[in-house]
Amino acid sequence: MNAITARLSSFRRHLDPAVITAFACILLLLFLGSLYSRNFLSPEYLLQQLKVASFLGIIATGMMLVILLGQIDLSLPWVVTVGAMMSSAAAGFGHTGAMLAIPFGIFCGVLIGLVNGFGVAYLRIPSMIITLATNAVAQGLMVVYTGGFSPQDSASPTMRYLATGFIIPSIPNSVLCWIIVGAAAVFLMNRTGFGRSIYGIGNRERAAYLSGINTRRIVLTVFGISGGLAAFGGVLLAGYASKAAQSMGDAYLLPAIAAVVLGGTSILGGRGSYLGTVAGVLLITLLQSILSVMQMPEFGRQIIYGLVIIMMLLLYGRESLSR
Amino acid sequence: MVSQKKFCGAILVYNGDGAALVEIKPILRMAGVSKRYGGVRALEKADLEVRPGRIHAILGENGAGKSTLIKIMAGVVAPDHGKMLLDDTEVSFSSPAAANKAGIVCIFQELSLIPDLSVADNIVISDPPTRLGLIDRKQQRKIAEQALARAGAEDIHPLSLVKDLPLSRRQMVEIAKALARKPRILILDEATSALTVADVTKIFGVLKRLRNEGLALLYISHRMHEIAELADECTVFRNGHKVETYKAGNKTDTQVVELMIGREYKNVFPPKAERKTLENAPVLQTKGLTWTDRLKDISLTARAGEIVGLGGLDGQGQRELLLALFGVLRRCSGDILINGKKVIINSPVAAKADRIGMALVPEDRKTEGLMLPMTVRDNLSFAALRRITNSGIVNRAKEQKLIDEMIALLAIKTASADIPVGSLSGGNQQKVVIAKWLMNQPRIILLNDPTRGIDVGTKQELYVLLRKLAYDGAAILFYSTDYDELIGCCDRVLVLYDGKIHRELKGAEITEHTLIASALNVETDRVSHP
Amino acid sequence: MKQWRFWFVEHRGTLMALVIFVVMFLIYASNHPAGFGANMVQTASNKGVLLAFVAMAQSLVVITSGIDLSVGMVFTLTNCLASWLVVGSPAQVILGIIAVLAVGAVCGAINGCVVIYGRLQPIVATIATGAIYYGIALALRPFPGGTVNETIADALTGKLFNFIPASLVAMIAIVFVVWVPFSRSVAGRAAYAVGSSETAAYMSGVPIKRAKFFAYTLSGLLAGTGGLFLTFFTYTGEAAYASGNAYTLFSIASVVLGGVSLMGGKGSAIGAIFGALAFRTIGDLLFVFDFDPLWQPLFQGVVLLLAVSLSAFGLLRVRNRLDWFT
Repeated sequence: MNAITARLSSFRRHLDPAVITAFACILLLLFLGSLYSRNFLSPEYLLQQLKVASFLGIIATGMMLVILLGQIDLSLPWVVTVGAMMSSAAAGFGHTGAMLAIPFGIFCGVLIGLVNGFGVAYLRIPSMIITLATNAVAQGLMVVYTGGFSPQDSASPTMRYLATGFIIPSIPNSVLCWIIVGAAAVFLMNRTGFGRSIYGIGNRERAAYLSGINTRRIVLTVFGISGGLAAFGGVLLAGYASKAAQSMGDAYLLPAIAAVVLGGTSILGGRGSYLGTVAGVLLITLLQSILSVMQMPEFGRQIIYGLVIIMMLLLYGRESLSR
Repeated sequence: MVSQKKFCGAILVYNGDGAALVEIKPILRMAGVSKRYGGVRALEKADLEVRPGRIHAILGENGAGKSTLIKIMAGVVAPDHGKMLLDDTEVSFSSPAAANKAGIVCIFQELSLIPDLSVADNIVISDPPTRLGLIDRKQQRKIAEQALARAGAEDIHPLSLVKDLPLSRRQMVEIAKALARKPRILILDEATSALTVADVTKIFGVLKRLRNEGLALLYISHRMHEIAELADECTVFRNGHKVETYKAGNKTDTQVVELMIGREYKNVFPPKAERKTLENAPVLQTKGLTWTDRLKDISLTARAGEIVGLGGLDGQGQRELLLALFGVLRRCSGDILINGKKVIINSPVAAKADRIGMALVPEDRKTEGLMLPMTVRDNLSFAALRRITNSGIVNRAKEQKLIDEMIALLAIKTASADIPVGSLSGGNQQKVVIAKWLMNQPRIILLNDPTRGIDVGTKQELYVLLRKLAYDGAAILFYSTDYDELIGCCDRVLVLYDGKIHRELKGAEITEHTLIASALNVETDRVSHP
Repeated sequence: MKQWRFWFVEHRGTLMALVIFVVMFLIYASNHPAGFGANMVQTASNKGVLLAFVAMAQSLVVITSGIDLSVGMVFTLTNCLASWLVVGSPAQVILGIIAVLAVGAVCGAINGCVVIYGRLQPIVATIATGAIYYGIALALRPFPGGTVNETIADALTGKLFNFIPASLVAMIAIVFVVWVPFSRSVAGRAAYAVGSSETAAYMSGVPIKRAKFFAYTLSGLLAGTGGLFLTFFTYTGEAAYASGNAYTLFSIASVVLGGVSLMGGKGSAIGAIFGALAFRTIGDLLFVFDFDPLWQPLFQGVVLLLAVSLSAFGLLRVRNRLDWFT
C-alpha cells in the first residue's frame, strides 16, 4: 500500500507540465492534419512518421544527456556526417569492412565526442566553443577525405536493413533502435549512479565535485555517448539513403536542440525527463511532415517552424521570475 | 508596562521606570505588514518604526521574518497586506531602484557588487554621472573616492576590479556604494559577517558618525556583542511576528535570547569527551602542510572520539586547511597521514574513499553542499552513491532504508524525501548536508562553519549530534566563527593566525579570553590547569 | 604607473586579440605572392570586415551573457533585402540603406523582446528566430540574384586615396558611431553589469531590460550593416543557409578569440573585431602557402581548436580546484 502511494507520488512528481503540453500539441497537430487529410490518422502514415522521428530521436538522446549536464554539443552536424561517411567507407572494405561498418562509424563519433568531453571536463573550455571547433575539424577531415564531393561509398546491407528493414512485421527496425536507445537512456538516467551524477552536475557542478563525484570522468563519458549516438544516427541515415552526403547532419542540430528543450529539459541543465524529449522529437517530426504534406514552400516552413518553437516555449519554457 | 501617548506629533514613550523619552518622529513606519511564500507565513502583521539619528537593531532567529521585512522595505518583494508610510505618506516600492530613490538603501547579505566592473563603476552603478549622455568618468571617480573616504576605505583604489578584491574589502566597497546614494535610511543585513575585527571597528566608527549626521540605520546581525555596542534600540522578531521593541541596554543577553527563541535558554552543549579518548592513536595527522602563503607548516593530529576546533579570526587559513585535507587544493606540500600511514589525497573522490573515509561539510550549503532544486532523496544519496549501487545500478530499497535512517537520526523536518531540498528551512538544509555525508559512514569529519545562519534550536541539535558521532568513533575537525561553540563543543582548539597554528588550547584552557587573545595574537597569562 | 596597470587589466583580452591578429597578418602579408600592397590589404580588409561586423554584433549580446545564434541569419536576410532595395536614384539608395539597417535593428529588437519579456533562454530563442529570419530571406530571394547600386558599392569596397581600404574606414566609422557611445553610456555599463552578475545588477537597481534591449537591437543593426556590405561586395542577394550558419559560428569563434568572455561582462566589440580579422587571416594563411584549398576547413578547425585550448594553460595556475567551477 505504502509502495503504491510512493509510486503514485513519484509519478506525479515526474509529470512535468511541459511534457503534458508537448503531448497535447502532438494531438492537436494530428487533429489539424486529419482535417486536411484522412491519411494523417492512418497507421501507415503514423508508422512512417515514427520511422523518420527515430533518426532524430536517437540523435536527440545524446544531445539531451549533454544538455542535462548544462552543456551543449554543437559538433553534432558533422559527427552525424562522420558517422555516415566513415561507416559507408568501411563498408567498402570487403566482408570484414561490411561487418565492422557500423561499429567503426560509431567509434569515430565517440572519438570526437571524447575530444569534446576532454576539452570541457579537463581543459574547462566552454562546450559551445570546443564543440564548435571539433565540428570544424570534423568537417575539415571529411572535406579532405571526400575531396569535397559526395562520397561514392554506399551503405552496407546491414546498415540498410537496420534503417529500413523489419524484424518485427510492420515496425521499422530504426524505430526498434530508437526504443532500445531510449530504454537504455531512461535506465541510465533514473536507475544508475551515473545518471544521478549527470543531474547533479547539471544542477551544480561545484557541489557535485565536493560530494566526491568524479565530475570530469562523467562529463567526458557523456560527451562520448553523445558523439556515439550522433554517429549512430548518421549510420542509420546513411542506411536509409543508402549513402552518405556532404553536410547531411546540418539539418539535425537545431531540431535536436529544439526537441530536447520543447520536451521541458532546461537548457541550463539538471532538469528534464526522457519522456519529454520523446514528445519533443515527435512534435518536431510531425510539424515538419505536416508542413511538407501541405506543400508549404521552404520559406514558409522555416517561418512556421520558428514561430511554433517560440510559441511553445512561451507557453511553458520561461525562466521563473523569482531569483 | 510600556505605554505611549501622542503629544504634539512626537510620541512620548514611557518605559518601565516611568522615565519619559522625547522621541523623534519616525521617517518610516510599517503597520500590519504580512507576507506569505506559498503556504509559509514569513511575516505576520509586523509593525516597525524607524527614526533618524538612531541605530535600530533587528534580532531574531533565522526564519523569524527579518529578511522578509527588510526585503519589503528595500523593494525586493511586495507585501501581501499592510502599509508602509514614509514621512506619513503611504508608499510601495516596485523595485530596489524605487526604494533607493525614496532614500532607502539596503546592503544585503549576498553581495550586490558586479565582479567584472571597477570599484568606481560599482559605486555609481545605479545613477552614474553623465555628460552629453555619456558617463563622465572623471566625475565618477571623484564620487567614488569621496564615498570610499566616507566609508573609511581610502586604501581601495577606485579603478581596481571588484573581483580582484578580497571579501572584506568588497564589503567596504558595498558600504561606500550605499553611502554614495545619499540614503536617509540605511539597512545593513549581516554586513559585518565577512569582515576582520579591524574592519568591524572601522565600520562601527563610520556607522556611529552616520547616525550622528541624522541617518536612520537598521542593523541586522547575529553577533550579540556587536548589537550591544552599536544599537540604540532593538526589535525582536519570532516566527514572523514582532515580539518586542526595547531600548538597548535594558535587557541582559539571556533575556534577549529568551525573547528570540521563546523558551528558556539553557546550557546548550552536551558533555565533552572523557579524558582517555584523548589518548587514542591519531586517525588524522598532518606534517608541515603548506599551500601558497595561506597555509604555513601546519602539523596537527585528530583522534577518534575527539572534536578538534579550529579557531582564530576569520580568514586565517582555516577554510584552506579543510580544503587541503579534502584534496581540493593543488600542490600542497607536507604529509597527510591516516592511521599513521602516509596518503595522497588529490580529489574529494580520493578523500571519501573507504581507506580514508573523510567527509567535508562545506562553507556554503547553497552552492557547495546541496543541489537546491533536487529532492531531499537525491541530495542525501549523492555522496554515498557507491554504497547504494550495485555495479552502478541504484538499489532503491537500500537507498530508502538509509535515507529513512538519516532523516530519523537528524530529525530532518521534511514532508517527504521527494520534495526539493530548497524548500526546507536553512537549518534543515544544513542537516541534509551533514546527513548526506553520514550516509557514507565517514571516520574523519571536516566541518566548515556548519552552524552559520541556522537557528538556535537546530544548532543545539547539531552539537548533540557531533558529540554522538565523536563518541561513536569519528574524528571531527570543527571550524567555527562562533567562539561560544568552540568553547562548548571542542576538546581541543587549534587557533590559526596568518596560516599557522598559533596556539593549541586544551580542556579548561579554552575560554573566551584565551581564544580571543590568541586569535588576535596577543600574549596572555596561561590559564592554570584544573 | 598604477593607472596604466588598471587600464591594461581592463583591456587585456582586446590587446591579446590585437597581438594575435598582427602576428598572423605579418605572416600572411610577408608570404603573399603579390607582396604587401594596397590591393592585398583591400582584399583582406573586404573579407575581414564582413566577419568583423557580425562578430561585433555577437559581442554585444555575449557581453550581456547571452548568445545570438540568429546573427548569421539576420546577416543573410539583410543581404537579400539590400539586393532589392539599394538600387535606383541616390535618394532611393539612401532610403534603401536606411530600410535595410532598420530591418536589421528590428530583427535584433525582436530577439531582445523574446529574451527579455518572453524570458526565454537566448540560445533557444535565437535558434527559433533565426529560422524565421532565414525563412523571410528565402521568401525574398528563392534564388540568388538582384542587384545593388554599383557606385556606392564600389565606393565602399574600393580604396580611399588609392591606398586605404574604404571598407575598413567604414567599419571604424561604425565603431565610433555605435560601439563607442554604447560602451560609454548608462545602458552599455548596465549591459556589462547584467552580464557579469544579473542578480547583483538587479539588486543595484541597474536598468536590466533597457540594457539587454539596447544590446540586442544594436546587435541586429550591426549584423544588418554586415549584410549590407555583403551586398556591396557580391552585388547580389542570396539566401544561403550554409553561409549564414557559418557566419554565426565564426562570429562566436571570433568573439572568443577577441577576449570576450562567453560568461558575459568582459571584453569589448573592438576585441571582437580583432578576433574576426585574426580568424579570417588564419583561414587565408593556407592560400599564401599554396596549399590545396580543400585543406582550408580542416586547417581553420585545427587552429580554432588549438586557440581555444590555449586558454587551458591558465588552469595550471589554478591552485584551488574549486576555482574550476566559477
